[in-house]
Amino acid sequence: MKRLFAALPLLTGMCLFPPVQAQAQTVFHLTLKDHHFEPDHLSVPAGERFIIELENQDSTTDELESYDMKFEKIIVPGSKIRVHAGPLHPGHYTFFDDYHPDQAKGTVTAEAKP
Amino acid sequence: MLGSLIIVFREVIEAGLVVGIVLAATRGIAGRGWWVAGGVAAGVAGAAITAAFAGALSTAFSGNGQDIFSASILCLAVIMLSWHVIWMARHGRELALEMQKMGAAVSSGSRSLGAMATVVAVAVLREGMEVVLFLYGIAVSAHVGAFSLLSGGLLGVLGGAALSYALYRGLIIIPLRHLFAVTNILVSLLAAGMASQAAALLASDDLIPALGYDIWDTSWLLSDGSLAGRTAKALAGYTDRPTGVQILVWGLTLVCLLATERFVRTRPHPSPSP
Repeated sequence: MKRLFAALPLLTGMCLFPPVQAQAQTVFHLTLKDHHFEPDHLSVPAGERFIIELENQDSTTDELESYDMKFEKIIVPGSKIRVHAGPLHPGHYTFFDDYHPDQAKGTVTAEAKP
Repeated sequence: MLGSLIIVFREVIEAGLVVGIVLAATRGIAGRGWWVAGGVAAGVAGAAITAAFAGALSTAFSGNGQDIFSASILCLAVIMLSWHVIWMARHGRELALEMQKMGAAVSSGSRSLGAMATVVAVAVLREGMEVVLFLYGIAVSAHVGAFSLLSGGLLGVLGGAALSYALYRGLIIIPLRHLFAVTNILVSLLAAGMASQAAALLASDDLIPALGYDIWDTSWLLSDGSLAGRTAKALAGYTDRPTGVQILVWGLTLVCLLATERFVRTRPHPSPSP
């Protein structure tokens, strides 16, 4: 019984607040081909959540990862994944394929709205 | 070779830290070597199976399958770690006394071993899945130098294992009287860290509210991408820019766990066993 007590915070977190409504978030599309992102640069609005959708056209399994945007997801050949990111402060951010970090690299610029 | 050495080393360290702490926390319990080895083996097997179904896992739960799977096994590990902390609160003292008296492993602790073997399996599965996919990718591609990449991977495994053994040796220098107090704190931090990582995964997919982003930014001090940052994450759930829900879950888990531990430890229990 007591061990349940310890897991309580997580359960409380899940139950107390209903799941966030899926708002319309901007989706940015990327493809991975020959271990390069296309495009390899994105401009996103600062202060908003957004989605990066990646299609893997290579024949290798890859992992889309970013330290400063906090996502990490495995992508098998020929498939599509989506990662959520933001809200970002204005500035530059990087993402990469963790399995080919020297080749597949990309950047994101978050721009404040005028 | 260096590239594959680094990626494998990184993942093995993260799992190895957990194994090192589990080994220290179960010191003196008869048969724990087999249980921990079994946990590692189950984790490796689980990693291979999960890797084989990585594609199906990605598309499950409207694309959130990977995160939901990771969060679920993390929660399982949190429950098992909590069970161990509370079990030790009841039995830790008698265990240490018995060990000092007999100078040998005691069998009374075997109940806690299943829980800790599960924790080891979860840690190995999580990190192992990435290693399996990475090495598999190298093995199938007709890449020149595949041998050197694979040997790099092997060196990475050995290096990571050596580091977790060093952590274990370092921990058991602590006198037996204090060892379990120290490992209980480490295990509690592990649990809090894993719970907050699970929350971060779910919040990242907008499945639970994040309760604020970038509550602070300590990336200038200890970055998530650095080896030290990854170590701190594996040990205690550190992240350089946490969400609100991560901090909340981390704090609540730690406070609940330590409070329950204290309550169980100080409460006089009439029947000393089981």
